[in-house]
Amino acid sequence: MAIFYILLLFIIIAAIIAVETRYLLSAVICVGAIGFGASLMFLFLRAPDIAITQIVVEVLGLIILIRACLSRELTFISGDREFFAVVVSVVIVFAIFLAGVKLLETLPDFGTAIFAEIPDAASQTYIEKGLQETGAANLVASVILDFRAYDTLGEATVLFTSIIGATVILRKKTKKLLEDPE
Amino acid sequence: MKGMTVIVKTISSWVKVLIFLFGIYIILFGHLTPGGGFAGGVILASCYVLLMLAFGREFVENNLPLPVASKLDCLGALLFAVVAVCGLLYGAAGFFWNFIHQKYLVGTDYEFNLVSAGTIPLSNIAIGLKVGASLFLVILVLSMFRPDMSGKKEE
Amino acid sequence: MPYALCFLLFMIGLYCAVVKKNMVKIVIGIMVMEYAVNLFLIMLGFRSGGAAPIIDKGQFEAATGQIAAGFVNSSVDPLPQALVLTAIVISLGSLALMISICIRTYEKYGTFDITQIRRLKG
Repeated sequence: MAIFYILLLFIIIAAIIAVETRYLLSAVICVGAIGFGASLMFLFLRAPDIAITQIVVEVLGLIILIRACLSRELTFISGDREFFAVVVSVVIVFAIFLAGVKLLETLPDFGTAIFAEIPDAASQTYIEKGLQETGAANLVASVILDFRAYDTLGEATVLFTSIIGATVILRKKTKKLLEDPE
Repeated sequence: MKGMTVIVKTISSWVKVLIFLFGIYIILFGHLTPGGGFAGGVILASCYVLLMLAFGREFVENNLPLPVASKLDCLGALLFAVVAVCGLLYGAAGFFWNFIHQKYLVGTDYEFNLVSAGTIPLSNIAIGLKVGASLFLVILVLSMFRPDMSGKKEE
Repeated sequence: MPYALCFLLFMIGLYCAVVKKNMVKIVIGIMVMEYAVNLFLIMLGFRSGGAAPIIDKGQFEAATGQIAAGFVNSSVDPLPQALVLTAIVISLGSLALMISICIRTYEKYGTFDITQIRRLKG
């Protein structure tokens, strides 16, 4: 259990540095550190599927972020917004944090299996009947592609749409379009 | 995007085969070991991104141009939908039904092999193709964009 | 207590997305929020001394279709892991879209500063 606290502390320190530094490149590198720390956390939380996906997605995300920061002339902007707005925002965020911590105490302890205490939990069915009904030894794959395949269809649609949106936004105007009004 | 030095080019031309093979392994064995379609697809995309960083954008664009990557993306999504509709056609249980496993393979000692689990490997391949082509497409488009800083629109 | 640290990470991301003026810093704040949410979901499904949800050959008897009771009692929850798997890939797609908007805005206005964008006309 101590390893979780150490990794969470590492992630929080990297997040604070990413938020407060003035140079964009340092912030991007700290985001990379957050991602790797999260992947290690997933490994210790017994989720190897997620750890693999998080590492490779982190690498591609870093490449995309650096592409935005590196070839521009200005790299840092000084200061935040006006002082009063910053103070109000910090106070509101702190109030939400205190309320949230109070709310999180109503959850069961970290480490107790929540699904084992509910009589008709779906996860219990997935674990007991998963191999027999789908034939896959990897229970997570059987959940995303057989029991809950609609969620995967929705994910494919969202990814498709966001990539099309990015492609359309970064389109170059051709010569024909410019000469038409003249 | 220009390429890099000779050392990087040599090493990446040896390593690209390993990365591609690893990506295909993660996709195909998705129902037996951790991984699956999503992680394998992202690994396939990152193999091409490595080539783009090491050799320059034109080299990769000659091998896998933008329209071909776009069509591969659509092909992956279409394959996933075809697998889903086949479940509807072959059985009465509805969309996405694992018809291969339920009709033919239940009861036989078929688990833990590569060829098992019905439509799950087919769905994994479709998702891997789709995710890989999508992410390669977006990084290619991001690197093709050259901003015009003088204020007028570029041609 | 780990839940509270995860929520602190979410609040740090929210502070960054609300207070900062640089557009790329806002995108970084949104990404930190996404990491915090994924971490929280996986932590909900954790069981102390648990095993990853992958069945070994020795735990399955093909004759009866029974999985060994030891595995059923010590496996972690596979459902949040399935949901977070798609969420991680979706966050990459939305990051690409946000960065493309940032690049286009930089081309049109010449700055990443969001308070300047209202004053310059393109």
